[in-house]
Amino acid sequence: MARAVTSQRKTINTVIAWGVGLLIFFPILWTILTSFKTEAQAINDPPLFLFFDWTLENYSVVQERSDYMRFLWNSVIIAGGSTILGTIIAVPAAWSMAFVPSKRTKDILLWMLSTKMLPAVGVLYPIYLLFIQLGLLDTRIGLVIVLMLINLPIIVWMLYTYFKEIPGEILEAARMDGAGLRDEILYVLTPMAVPGIASTILLNLILAWNEAFWTLNLTAANAGPLTAFIASYSSPEGLFFAKLSAASTMAIAPILILGWFSQKQLVRGLTFGAVK
Amino acid sequence: MATQHSRSAARMMMAPAVILLLGWMLVPLTMTLYFSFKKYLPLRGDSLAGGLDWVGFDNYTRFVTSSSFWPSVQATLIIVGGVLVVTVVLGVLLAILLDQPMWGQGVVRILVIAPFFVMPTVSGLVWKNMFMDPVNGLFAHLWKFFGAAPLEWLSQASMQSIILIVSWQWLPFATLILLTAIQSLDSEQLEAAEMDGAPPLARFGFIILPHLSRAITIVILIQTIFLLSIFAEIFVTTAGAFGTKTLTYLIFQRVLESQNVGLGSAGGVYAIILANIVAIFLMRIVGKNLDA
Amino acid sequence: MHLRTALCAASALALVASTAYAETITIATVNNGDMIRMQGYTDDFTAKTGHTVEWVTLEENVLRQRVTTDITTKGGAFDIMTIGMYETPIWGKNGWLVPLDGLSAEYDVDDILPAMRNGLSHDGTLYAAPFYGESSMVMYRTDLMEKAGLEMPKAPTWDFIREAAIAMTDRDNEINGVCLRGKAGWGEGGAFITVTGNSFGARWFDEDWKAQFDQPEWANALNFFVDLMNEAGPPGYATNGFNENLSLFQQGKCGMWIDATVAASFVTNPNDSTVADKVGFALAPDNGLGKRSNWLWAWALAIPAGTQKADAAKQFIEWATSKEYIELVAAKEGWANVPPGARTSLYANPEYQKVPFAQMTLDSINAADPNNPTVKPVPYVGIQFVAIPEFAGIATEVSQEFSAAYAGQQTVEEALAKAQALTTDAMEAAGY
Repeated sequence: MARAVTSQRKTINTVIAWGVGLLIFFPILWTILTSFKTEAQAINDPPLFLFFDWTLENYSVVQERSDYMRFLWNSVIIAGGSTILGTIIAVPAAWSMAFVPSKRTKDILLWMLSTKMLPAVGVLYPIYLLFIQLGLLDTRIGLVIVLMLINLPIIVWMLYTYFKEIPGEILEAARMDGAGLRDEILYVLTPMAVPGIASTILLNLILAWNEAFWTLNLTAANAGPLTAFIASYSSPEGLFFAKLSAASTMAIAPILILGWFSQKQLVRGLTFGAVK
Repeated sequence: MATQHSRSAARMMMAPAVILLLGWMLVPLTMTLYFSFKKYLPLRGDSLAGGLDWVGFDNYTRFVTSSSFWPSVQATLIIVGGVLVVTVVLGVLLAILLDQPMWGQGVVRILVIAPFFVMPTVSGLVWKNMFMDPVNGLFAHLWKFFGAAPLEWLSQASMQSIILIVSWQWLPFATLILLTAIQSLDSEQLEAAEMDGAPPLARFGFIILPHLSRAITIVILIQTIFLLSIFAEIFVTTAGAFGTKTLTYLIFQRVLESQNVGLGSAGGVYAIILANIVAIFLMRIVGKNLDA
Repeated sequence: MHLRTALCAASALALVASTAYAETITIATVNNGDMIRMQGYTDDFTAKTGHTVEWVTLEENVLRQRVTTDITTKGGAFDIMTIGMYETPIWGKNGWLVPLDGLSAEYDVDDILPAMRNGLSHDGTLYAAPFYGESSMVMYRTDLMEKAGLEMPKAPTWDFIREAAIAMTDRDNEINGVCLRGKAGWGEGGAFITVTGNSFGARWFDEDWKAQFDQPEWANALNFFVDLMNEAGPPGYATNGFNENLSLFQQGKCGMWIDATVAASFVTNPNDSTVADKVGFALAPDNGLGKRSNWLWAWALAIPAGTQKADAAKQFIEWATSKEYIELVAAKEGWANVPPGARTSLYANPEYQKVPFAQMTLDSINAADPNNPTVKPVPYVGIQFVAIPEFAGIATEVSQEFSAAYAGQQTVEEALAKAQALTTDAMEAAGY
């Protein structure tokens, strides 16, 4: 009896959850489908779902017009570089906040978050002028630094919450065994914190990949990532739904695939200290 | 308990992050403050090198007395508030749903979190053109299929459209955090409540929701920080028309479209003040949940 | 990336032998069809000069924002910028652009259409070379016009346009009598309502730079436009710009479309347009006051002052806006697809005269007078814009108020009152 109810409930759950999941995913699915249509089919009335002449034409047109690999590579460097740099700077900071807390730890954390509230458009001129002075305009290193700084508060905060969950007794035990500070971090803490660090890195890759203001405004031909790539397809002359869809698919595919593979990590890891 | 040695070591370890962020905050902030007291019209030939005229608080007065100012504050709050309500309510429901036993749970989760990976520009463009377009959009076809006149989304329901687009992007984030929190819920407690004959609604109200309060706080806090500065979604959809001009967008118009850097910088200072008011407000209301 | 750089360097080295300097120039451009086509022919330029080209192609609004920031801060991110007739005189006056003098004899600078050359100069010095130029005109469906029992005159009035639009409208079959721009933005709906205003006798400013939205001419123009679009326009016209209307027209959903002359080659191109063989052209309408509602615009290439590669950049501009480039495109893709509106010789070419929209485009361009844009005297130059730095910001906000009126969120009177207030305020801030 109990099993029958469970199985029935499971079926209902499954149907509802799949329905909702597909609904939420639908805009992405529709974009991907449209990218395989011709421009005329893309605006067909009634809309065509699966039964159309699948074509790769849009992808080759997009590739011919813009060197996708170059934008992709810039995105990888900028998102990856800023995340790695940010993590290297944030780990010690978060560690010290978590294990040697002071009265001001919470204030410092909140202050760090508040630096994210400076509206980017308001400080474009100052940053642009600064970039010219420093010769960072249209360089990947410049964007790595900016995106690192933008996401640093989030990285510190996430890591802090993970480190706090590590019981202090373990550290004391390690100290009893005569472990130095360096060994403590390297051999005791780090292994325990790896899942947390992994989730942090993932979230920041996503945020850095999708950042669309600085990446567009501080680049020209050399350092433009995929956000700049998409800016040349947003509203050209003539019919463009299919080409826009192809370019969009190309822009989001790498991070989407990465996200899917690391889905478990994200589902378990994104706590921000919400779970005690 | 911590020794003097470890305290100074801790300070050393925090130093790089703190110094970098201090620099990142202070340098642009100082320049923004400086510009906000100056007449800086680049297209009229004003430049830093050529020296800028001091205008006192003119920019500040002009920015707030503009007819666009209060509507933009209102638009900002409506969009942030609207998205928060939608993502938290739907996020809780989705988290509960995804926590239930089902077939293909992993795949469903992937489907639900996918929008989080879509860059704001792309999501704005896709929604605007392929869904909300009143002639060729999918919604228009849907409406026509049911015999209704297609809705002109971005002009007649502009706010709702923006909230829909932004919520779609942020719902996965809320769901993820809430789902993690729900998974940590003691299932024995729930089962005991079920045995006692507590109806589902009571179980939700007295066990699940209190357990989630901390997670909800965090969702609200982090999303608010990001939502206060949304830009790309508005830029590619309505470009600030039809009452969707947020404070961020107004500053963009002043700085880049009108090329009045002084005025825009004054706006930037107001935006920082607004953000801090919202932040303090949040801390007061929900801060108790956040004892770090 | 490294491999690429190495390859570039290697090929550059190889070319040093044949040319003095082989440089890589960075060009910011807009994602319009003619520019995208130009990118495809970059190899021809490289073969001729040895210089290579890096393209930064952006959507129009992003491009404006990007190049303006760069030029005002002297950022030097680009060697050539694609700008319009609005920016060129302002930037030229500020000394931000390299004067385009000393162009080669083969280039024949005197061949550039006088209207374009005039609009891209400041104090008689040319600062940007037109890649293509345009005015605006009426494009209409000959079959629907016939069905409605009407005949389009060569120079219609707004009353005729309205009569025809209502007669052509067939909402059950999704045919809208007329498609016009309502989208917010100074270069979109802002441009269209400004030229419509011109034909109704409205103006942006009087001789003392006082905003004129409280005058009856503006109310007449705006009310006429709103009534016309409600009776015969497509749904959601408040968000339609050039591209949305182009798409509607190509799908056969518009009876008439009044817009840029460059659109003629798109709507008559059978690859993209379902109505390619049923399109007629006429001059933009007037209202009996002696001014037509057509604008004048050029997308032009300019060199920001301070670039180290001004010589290579000038070579590129000479190549891209030359007669040879036009012939190159004509040979490969046909005369209908060459960049229009820039050179006199193009319109003298018997091959090009066979293109159905050639003569009407030239007539429209010649009918535009930036120095006397409207019925009453004005202190400014420019037809669909006012060539002062503040205009882009002001007009974008004004057009947002207008779009809100088109969408029915406020009345025409409210929109005009707000437009008057914000224009006055912004002009005050600018020190007028």
